[in-house]
Amino acid sequence: MNSTSVRRIALPGIAALVLGLSLSACGAGNESSSDDSSSGGGSLSGTLNGAGSSAQQAAQAAWTADFQKANSGVTINYNPIGSGGGVTQFNSGGVDFAGSDKALDASAGEIDAANKRCGADAIEVPDYISPIAIVFNVPGVKSLNLDPDTAAKMFAGKITKWNDPEIKGENPGAKLPDLAIAPVHRSDPSGTTNNFTDYLSKAAKDVWTWPAAEDWPIKSGEGASGTSGMVDAVTKGKGALAYIDNSQVGNLSVASIKVGSKYVAPSADGASKALSVSKPQTGRPASDIAIDIDRTTTADGAYPIALTSYLIACPTYSGDKADLVKQYLSYVVSTEGQQSAATAAGSAPLPDNLQQQAAQLIDGITKS
Amino acid sequence: MSQVLTTTEPVGRTLPLRRPRLPRWAAPLVGLVAAAASLLVGLVADWSVAGIVVVAGLLYVVVLPGWSLLVENRRSATDRLFSSLVWTALAIALVPLISLLYLVISNGAKEIDGQFLTYSMRNIVGSGGGIYHALIGTLMITATATVISVPIGILAAVYLVEYGGGSRVASSLRFLVDVMTGIPSIVAGLFAYALFEIFFGPGVKMAFGGGVALSLLMVPIVVRSTEEMLKLVPDELREASYALGVPRWKTIVRIVLPTASAGIVTGVTLAIARVIGETAPLLIIAGATTSVNTSLFSPQTPTETLPVFIYYSYTQPGLNPQYSVDRAWGAALVLIVIVMILNLLARLLGRMLAPKSGR
Amino acid sequence: MTDIPLEVRSPKRRLGDLTFGATARGAGLLILLALAGVAVFLTLKGLPALGAKSADLDAHANFAAYVWPLVYGTLISAALALLVATPLAIGVALVVSHYAPRRMATALGYLIDLLAAVPSVVYGLWGIGFLSPKLVPIYEWLADHVGWIPLFKGPASTTGRTILTASIVLAIMILPIVTAISREVFLQTPRLQQEAALALGATRWETIRLAVFPYARSGIVSAVMLGLGRAMGETMAVAMVLSASGIVSVNLISSTNPSTIAANIALKFPESSGLSVNALILSGLVLFVITFVVNFAARAIVSRREVSR
Repeated sequence: MNSTSVRRIALPGIAALVLGLSLSACGAGNESSSDDSSSGGGSLSGTLNGAGSSAQQAAQAAWTADFQKANSGVTINYNPIGSGGGVTQFNSGGVDFAGSDKALDASAGEIDAANKRCGADAIEVPDYISPIAIVFNVPGVKSLNLDPDTAAKMFAGKITKWNDPEIKGENPGAKLPDLAIAPVHRSDPSGTTNNFTDYLSKAAKDVWTWPAAEDWPIKSGEGASGTSGMVDAVTKGKGALAYIDNSQVGNLSVASIKVGSKYVAPSADGASKALSVSKPQTGRPASDIAIDIDRTTTADGAYPIALTSYLIACPTYSGDKADLVKQYLSYVVSTEGQQSAATAAGSAPLPDNLQQQAAQLIDGITKS
Repeated sequence: MSQVLTTTEPVGRTLPLRRPRLPRWAAPLVGLVAAAASLLVGLVADWSVAGIVVVAGLLYVVVLPGWSLLVENRRSATDRLFSSLVWTALAIALVPLISLLYLVISNGAKEIDGQFLTYSMRNIVGSGGGIYHALIGTLMITATATVISVPIGILAAVYLVEYGGGSRVASSLRFLVDVMTGIPSIVAGLFAYALFEIFFGPGVKMAFGGGVALSLLMVPIVVRSTEEMLKLVPDELREASYALGVPRWKTIVRIVLPTASAGIVTGVTLAIARVIGETAPLLIIAGATTSVNTSLFSPQTPTETLPVFIYYSYTQPGLNPQYSVDRAWGAALVLIVIVMILNLLARLLGRMLAPKSGR
Repeated sequence: MTDIPLEVRSPKRRLGDLTFGATARGAGLLILLALAGVAVFLTLKGLPALGAKSADLDAHANFAAYVWPLVYGTLISAALALLVATPLAIGVALVVSHYAPRRMATALGYLIDLLAAVPSVVYGLWGIGFLSPKLVPIYEWLADHVGWIPLFKGPASTTGRTILTASIVLAIMILPIVTAISREVFLQTPRLQQEAALALGATRWETIRLAVFPYARSGIVSAVMLGLGRAMGETMAVAMVLSASGIVSVNLISSTNPSTIAANIALKFPESSGLSVNALILSGLVLFVITFVVNFAARAIVSRREVSR
């Protein structure tokens, strides 16, 4: 090759290389250590890796941001790959903590695997509560009152039109058109579906005969991927009916559910209330607080269609990690932490009794 | 003798030298008439704009070849028919392109500014922040995948065309490379994760692993397109080179590869474009983070890329989805711009490497 | 008269040739190794799923019942995508190589390559946001007017997120690959052949039919195979656009659609643990085998009709 052609190829190549290196050499504009004006005197440093529930993602982002602002030497990475993936990675030792929309499944050996990874009983506490709203798209109707049986019939396809007498009976003032009901469900398995079908199977057990499951049991009708997919499907489909996380409701019309004798709209307080009157599951280790939400509660102001997401961690870690995990998770379940998540993600703060139990368990994390 | 039979007709009268042809303004005329007719009927019958355009197109494709069939002959009519069809195909192909570009630009352009391009998402909740961490991640992982797959791909194609001949190994390799194109991207990610898990233990998150997963997806495209381009290099060039005493390897490197360089570069660019937008495999092997990571080989450090950023920003936006969704569109626009710049650079490179041709 | 001694030497084996040849073979072997690795991985991790119970298999009785609707969905969506994309791609490639003026052709080629630059997530968003609502009136028209054909039986989906829509999105995704390779192949056709055809009085289309297509057949087949592979393996866009119900359905325009193997893995993997993960990986192996069989069949058909050069 003569020298000219070598130069012609080498020059742009070198230029690209230099550009690339210089680009990677400078850090992000907001990541220089002098930037954090509120860089707390955190002597903590290190990296923490968590994975799991995507429902918790927005809350984890808020917690991570707050904690990293207070301790600029710390980096926390939460990978929202899904509850199943998070639990699997935690049990194999791949991540330091996990988030899961359903409590560890004893029958699938998950509790044993987690205990084996930790060398002791794993800690499992609720850290994220979110109400699930029933939304719909019917022109001219902004809200509806539904009782569990009616809602179950609509989702099961037993009531097919919006102007059905059963719906009219509960909503005498609403102008319901002669439009077909198009129920939308999640095509990916999710904790939202699990909690919603759990509610339907317990509160409307004569109509909804399928058990609670992460996969929608009816193999027909519109399926959407993820909460954002559900929101898109409802926004664009006339007559669509869906169940989504309350924080993503936006401008959609919401239904109020009959609890006891009153109709309750979805709200963070309502979900909190429902959790506070619910009992923990029995037959689990002392460090494992898994809640069985009381779907048939009649407590005043409670909204029982709610999703609880859990935090799974070990009681002991080696080296400095123990302190890091303890501080971060304490922040997560603390009052400020829960308030921060409520502002950023629309979740319901943990009720006091649960919060104290969780804080106590996390406080017991020590160096192994 | 005066009895001579003379014919007064010239011999060639039954074979005229010129045939009737449609006038030069035939095609534009038909186009105009079709558009006008469709517009008229459409306005009266209240069709949508798309309907009017489709009917106008159909009229054009039917009337022009029909007229040609009447005036000219069948071969010309077929020619005009296929011309119209081919241009229609282009028009159809441009529709999604324009709508995609419009969607991305209208949603994403307002988001791009200096802060967007130089800040990461560390400690950002709600508005603010940027895509710097994802930009670095994308460049790192895609560069790794390219460095792994381009040499291997081109060399394998050279083997298939130059050395393999019709041997069993070569045809099996060709066949298996085709099979490799069908690997779903998420399976490539799972495989890379399982591979790296053997060496680094569970929960491994490595940018290099992301590059390996993507190269599994890139290699078949590089191999197949390079192979086709090499096959198109005329044998005469090779034979001329051998006749001059040039060794085989030098023939391939200095004659065959440069001749095919434009096509090879196209294939490589296609492969890069394919993998730079991949989400699923990187979720598994590279993870997600809000901070910048510049380390390629550190086994517990996740790296975020632009498509993963777009996916998470859109599907898990938090309480005020607008900020997150806007960032997602801005990132999508940046990604498309990066690929187009790479495309331009690649074409320049191809032109530089190619020998002067008559084209 | 002097005798010039005749030396019979064996051809010189140059070091450069040996190294280069070995490197090329090595690259081929490396690819084979990687492929074998993937196959071994899929088999090892997938086999335990054969003994999975119904709970892990999405309420199907056994693995075959679980994977059959997915196989059907994959084949249908890929076939529809190819059906739509191949004529379009060849048409566009012809425009760029033979019909358009030079400058316009380069610009057009660049524009079509722009389609390849769009990430699959954005295709998914475009499919949900733009294409599906636009197709709803067409689906409703089809259900009303040709509903007697089982393909269009209806009732039409209210959101338009059907397997037909997903196939159209796939077709647009594979269009740039097939177009780019076809274009390169068409551009490389020897000019002598084309000019000879023109000299004999062939019209432009006849020139293409006589001189370009036979020369380009192998290239077009490669391009289509690459496009097919992409269509069968596309994960994200299909997962987002398709309203999947996991059953076999001939109806192309309703809300109840079969899912594809790749989209199914993407949707189910995050929340799966235990044997359901193995079931997903085994379905990946099934896709592998399907790609194998389809490529084999395509090759057999093409080689029977191939004109030797």
